Amino acid sequence: MKRFAELFVAIDQTTKTNEKVAAIVRYLADSDDRSSLYAIALLIGNRPRRPVKTSDLKAWATSAAGIPDWLFEESYHIVGDLAEAIALMLPPNLLSEHDYRLPDVIVQLAELPEQTDEQKREIITGYWQHLSRDERFIFTKLITGNFRMGVSRQLVIKALSIHLGMDETTVAHRLMGKWIPAAETMVSLFAEPEQGSRDFQPYPFYLAYQLDGSLESLGNIHDWYIEKKLDGIRGQLIVRNGQLYVWSRGEDLLTNKFPEFGPLADALPDGTVIDGEIIPWSDGRPLSFQVMQTRIGRKNLSQKSLREAPLVMVCYDLLEWKGEDIREMPMHYRRNLLETLLSSPLRHTALLLSETMPFDNWGEVALFRREARNFHCEGVMLKRKDSAYGSGRRRGNWWKWKTDPLTADGVLIYAQSGHGRRANLYTDYTFAVWDDAGTLVPFAKAYSGLTDKEIAELDAWIKRNTVDRFGPVRSVTPHHVFEIAFEGIQQSSRHKSGVALRFPRILRWRRDKKADEANTKADLLQLIDAVNG
Amino acid sequence: MLKFTKQGIYCPRADVYIDPWEPVQNAIVTHGHSDHARWGMGKYLCHIHTVPVLRLRLGADIAIQGLEYGEAVHRNGVRISLHPAGHIIGSAQVRLEYKGEVWVVSGDYKLVHDGVSVPFEALRCHHFVTESTFALPVYRFPDPTLVFSEINRWWAQNAAEGFNTVLLAYALGKSQTILQHLETETGRVFLHGAVANVNAALEGMGYQFPGERIATETDRSSLKGAIVVAPPSALGSPWLRRFSPYRIASCSGWMQLRGARRRRGVDRGFVLSDHADWEQLNQAVSATAAETVYVTHGYEAPFARWLREHKDLQAHEVHLQGAEVMEDDL
Repeated sequence: MKRFAELFVAIDQTTKTNEKVAAIVRYLADSDDRSSLYAIALLIGNRPRRPVKTSDLKAWATSAAGIPDWLFEESYHIVGDLAEAIALMLPPNLLSEHDYRLPDVIVQLAELPEQTDEQKREIITGYWQHLSRDERFIFTKLITGNFRMGVSRQLVIKALSIHLGMDETTVAHRLMGKWIPAAETMVSLFAEPEQGSRDFQPYPFYLAYQLDGSLESLGNIHDWYIEKKLDGIRGQLIVRNGQLYVWSRGEDLLTNKFPEFGPLADALPDGTVIDGEIIPWSDGRPLSFQVMQTRIGRKNLSQKSLREAPLVMVCYDLLEWKGEDIREMPMHYRRNLLETLLSSPLRHTALLLSETMPFDNWGEVALFRREARNFHCEGVMLKRKDSAYGSGRRRGNWWKWKTDPLTADGVLIYAQSGHGRRANLYTDYTFAVWDDAGTLVPFAKAYSGLTDKEIAELDAWIKRNTVDRFGPVRSVTPHHVFEIAFEGIQQSSRHKSGVALRFPRILRWRRDKKADEANTKADLLQLIDAVNG
Repeated sequence: MLKFTKQGIYCPRADVYIDPWEPVQNAIVTHGHSDHARWGMGKYLCHIHTVPVLRLRLGADIAIQGLEYGEAVHRNGVRISLHPAGHIIGSAQVRLEYKGEVWVVSGDYKLVHDGVSVPFEALRCHHFVTESTFALPVYRFPDPTLVFSEINRWWAQNAAEGFNTVLLAYALGKSQTILQHLETETGRVFLHGAVANVNAALEGMGYQFPGERIATETDRSSLKGAIVVAPPSALGSPWLRRFSPYRIASCSGWMQLRGARRRRGVDRGFVLSDHADWEQLNQAVSATAAETVYVTHGYEAPFARWLREHKDLQAHEVHLQGAEVMEDDL
């Protein structure tokens, strides 16, 4: 655990990617196989299930720290991260030379659910007593989840590629899916898998950057496939040896969540892997993302939810065909096969083809992208016809080009100090619009979008213009207007303003506008009609 | 005896304000940080070592009187004396006594020794006005001697790897503490003008710190393997470019939190504060044996509630206007 804690600190302390990679390579060179495997799993976010309830964890930490609940909560809010808050709050550790081995700790945590509450408490508080502050943080992070170590998957792949002397694409592929560290060795994980031993394993997803250059720089439009960019869940559908696997881009195995795809195990030939967008669909068009979210959130799927949110996969690529990895073949080749597959009489209704749109010039693409919402999509995807299917986020051959966000001008009315940020820095804002009675009703919360300089300026203003305080929240004089951007808008009975926004963020500070020039609730309702109508 | 007014903490009987933020006739200033020492007062009273700092920052022509620690002045029957706060050089707690009633205004303080400022003196009183910058149990600062050796080790490592070292530390207070503990055999020490100015002002009081002022004509090659001490405002400024290649660190109590560290966008964050942490604040409050505690400057609400509910004290939160912008907290 001490060496892993050192690795964590080394990664955390630098912003330079080559230093992070070097730290991982050093760790791998000095570690035994078993520790390396568990460490790799953690680094790429393949972590154990949460073994204890957060509320229990909080209660034990509070009592170990000798403070009341409310003070725990207050401190937690300032720190923003539960594991970090606990690590900082506990009394200094007992001096101990004993080094716990990372794999042993994880295995013990995995067995925790079978223990009684009292045993759980004893084990966890025991670790807390003996671990150093950095180790405590990591240990508690193992329990709370969200173990992000400050390295991207790509960097871990790079480090492994250096350590193993393998190319990055292969390393990326071997790391896909939920492999179990206890069941692998470094050799078994990275060697060419035996036939049938890794049917579940998805390919690394190929991801696109937002187009940042001009369209013309892409060259001849006829060298490109242009598809709608849908707002569903990116997924990979695998059929091998009569078994179906559906993976999300976040590498969650979602096969059981999507019974619609069940029959595909028989309908698709063995050795088929399709990349596409999983999305609720009805009457020839996608349903809203909210429908999808409600559906995904369900633990048990009722007939009703299956009927209300029927899912399809809009397929855009074929990665494996008849058991053959065809990712290196040009896209037009893969797409031809995909079209043949989907046009066969055996095609299942849950599989749709992502249509390419026959634009003649870039101007038409730009026009379509601007009006994308009217076509039930969030922009366009541009894919070079002769491109291979890459791995990870790459520039050049695939681009996404999202339509501009919707916007509204809101008045800043509440501010709260940010999570995981400096104590007295107010960085979380609530914005309001005017209702018919001339009252400001909150409609959006946003955390990001301002520069550090603007945050500092606004922070100082908030502190001077506080009207009231409710715990960590301050209400301020309605004065400053901000343009809020968002991806979607819906009616909502849960919100005072009657609307719910998707991905709200601050676009810019409208210093040119006065509070009474902000938008109204009526404006927002009109927008809902315009967008969803 | 004291009132919390719009202008600052006020003693009507002595007609004197402590750290006022609007111009008044008589001001006692606890220390030289700009959120405590403001411009435009009729007369200033402070510790003798704060005198040159106020002259540097507020103008050479201000009317100012310096006191030794423990030395008293009397105003309309109120005995006023200054006592070490351990925060920075010249920082003082203000003790006011009238007919047996004693108030102490802490200003900013810390209990651990920094090797530069005169250590905090615990004063018994009836009413204690305390700061609360780091008054949450997540703030438990490491022993500063460990932090100094970490800084020195980091500097040596950077020098060995061909990097210059930049330390961001507030010009008054933190900079001197760090300079005092640098192992100067590692390399040369350079100072940002703001730090050099403070050092020069303190020189008259007998303080001596290592470091040369950076000038436009300073030869770039002389910077190799050197350490540069600069105020936090230097971060992201073109001024830093001449030190490339460099690694940069922030030195502050806020560096205790990972989020704050990452937000700063520095290579390293050293947890080094000139304020009291949770343990020290509790210790200081207990040592005063005060029955009434007024909590200002920071986490007023939680600390006051903690003292009320768990220390059985009459504790009040006081929101001082102008106390929001802490100069040394970056």
